[in-house]
Amino acid sequence: MLVDSPPEQRAETAPAPPTRQAARALGLLGSVAILVLVAVASIAIGAKSLSLDQVWHGLFHDTGTYGDVVVDERLSRTVLGLLAGAALGLSGAVLQALTRNPLADPGLLGINAGASAAVVTAITYFGVTSLTGYVWFAFFGAAAVGALVWFLGGSRGATPVRLALAGTAISAALYGYLQAVMIMDDAALGKMRFWTVGSLASATNSTILQVLPFLAVGVVLALGLARPLNAVAMGDDTARALGANLGRTRALAMLAATVLCGAATAACGPIVFVGLMVPHVVRSFTGPDLRWILPYATVLSPVLLLGADVIGRVVARPSELQVGIVTAIIGGPVFIFLVRRRRTAQL
Amino acid sequence: MKTRSMNRAVRTPGGLSLRLDLRALIVVVLLLAAACAAGVALIGTGDAKIPAADVLRTLAGNGNAYQDFIVGELRLPRVLVGLLVGASLGLGGALFQSVSRNPLGSPDVLGLSQGSTAGALIVIVLLSGSTTQVTVGALVGGLVTGLAIYLLAWKQGVHGYRLVLVGIGVSAIATAVNGYLLTKADLVDAARAVVWMTGSLNGRDWDQVRPLLALCAVLVPLVLANARGLRMMEMGDDVANALGVRVQRVRLVLMVCAVLLVAAATAAAGPVSFVALTAPQLARRLTRSPGPNLVPSLCMGAALLVAADWASQRAFGADQLPVGVVTGVLGGGYLLWLLVTERRAGRI
Repeated sequence: MLVDSPPEQRAETAPAPPTRQAARALGLLGSVAILVLVAVASIAIGAKSLSLDQVWHGLFHDTGTYGDVVVDERLSRTVLGLLAGAALGLSGAVLQALTRNPLADPGLLGINAGASAAVVTAITYFGVTSLTGYVWFAFFGAAAVGALVWFLGGSRGATPVRLALAGTAISAALYGYLQAVMIMDDAALGKMRFWTVGSLASATNSTILQVLPFLAVGVVLALGLARPLNAVAMGDDTARALGANLGRTRALAMLAATVLCGAATAACGPIVFVGLMVPHVVRSFTGPDLRWILPYATVLSPVLLLGADVIGRVVARPSELQVGIVTAIIGGPVFIFLVRRRRTAQL
Repeated sequence: MKTRSMNRAVRTPGGLSLRLDLRALIVVVLLLAAACAAGVALIGTGDAKIPAADVLRTLAGNGNAYQDFIVGELRLPRVLVGLLVGASLGLGGALFQSVSRNPLGSPDVLGLSQGSTAGALIVIVLLSGSTTQVTVGALVGGLVTGLAIYLLAWKQGVHGYRLVLVGIGVSAIATAVNGYLLTKADLVDAARAVVWMTGSLNGRDWDQVRPLLALCAVLVPLVLANARGLRMMEMGDDVANALGVRVQRVRLVLMVCAVLLVAAATAAAGPVSFVALTAPQLARRLTRSPGPNLVPSLCMGAALLVAADWASQRAFGADQLPVGVVTGVLGGGYLLWLLVTERRAGRI
């Protein structure tokens, strides 16, 4: 535990009756079951649909039949979807808690755009071609923009509108830069127009192995921050009175969100709205306790991302709609609905 | 306030009185002069250079046949499109910023540009349409997006912050659609689409000038007639109501005008970034006057766009770099500075 919580806080967050705790734990198990179902669907459904027998055969008795090859292909894609989804959802939940802003999302806050701009720079000007090379650029871009938005959005006095505006404005500037690069360099255009929409299609085992350590660190860090972030949610004064180390919590939370979002963006391109939507859905049945929100978001975000990926493969058969496009088309209306709700408005 | 000494009240014996802001007047005159000077310089720039004196003589109708052709057929329409697009973006941006009560509430941020882009890309990528069809597509895209944002933000009236946030959501959806269309295109169409998305004045002719001029001739007076109400609304809806302004009606009229202006400008030149954002801010800093500063913003937009195009032509050679790249880079830098200072002053 990163911050020693005094007994007062435990008394504040603990009083949920045991039955409710049990219900939440059961719900988490149920969510994991849903996730497994969606993952199986993600392996089975596509341009060529497989039966469950074939999926089973491909996963556990790989003998190199046609079905087994398809399973292999889709397996790496599914695993990347699981990892990236968990990372995006978790970073969204952490950012929303950190900024006390219901509309915070790595995409809206410009962190995705920062990673994109850095990756484009790496590809075009530094000749970086491997993921291992540009994952560092993605981190640097994500961290720089994250810090800038946080600073420009008013640091502590940050409001939803300010942060969203600062993020959007910086994204707009960075996308201008992306366009300039793509105009000057046809080769960059050829690569970037596919990368900038966000897709799981290019997943390989080596991609997964390269981002896995970063994601693991980010997930552990973020889940460990649940309790101190609970204190932050009560307001600065209360949090301080409860013994939380505000500066350290904020810095670690920003670090966790940046690592998670940067690694996910480096692996599959910018994907918006996953980090925005899932924590909201989760909060509606867990309540405000981050010790439940964060695990739920980790499990349910990949459900959304993989589900969107499957939808993208089904609606545009035999070609496919990139997952970043599907999440934006689903997520945009959800965002607008949240904006129109009075309670969000007053935050 | 510093500006007070610059204001004069003009009264006639008949009882008519109006407030005259001398500083604003001087700024408007200077900006107009700057826009015209940049226009003349732009006409003279290119593969065939023409001295400014010759340009002026040709514009007055006394040039030789060669200069008549280059100026009248090739470069004058381009400059006029630049002036009109800049003016429309400047005025539209000032209206949006005033209505959303936010210095960042420009059409780029609110998703209008992305909506126009979606319309244009549909024509370029899916229909392989001609330049005229692309223009129509962009116009329709911009208008539909504007309408969608207004309707989605409507909840017993439209308020600034909700307009901004809904716009940001719509903008994200449109960006996704644009990204999808780009991946569907072959590389030639994609390159054409990216140039269009950057905003360029290359190859604009009289066909673009005439509709834009007609639209501005109708909309600019309409906007200025409602400017008084807008000024009151900056004090808050309640105060404006009490002063006899029909707030929602004025807002609707002005929003429709702003959407039309921006959509038409985007259709003619592509979504030239940051002009709508920066022109009103720069104008406000020059006039040092509160209120929407509509006319100075309009002049500033025209001067900015033509000057940026001239700079791009001078620095990178004729038709090499679209004007949108220059405004994007300059505007991005200015934006960061604006964010820092506005934050310090606690205005965003």
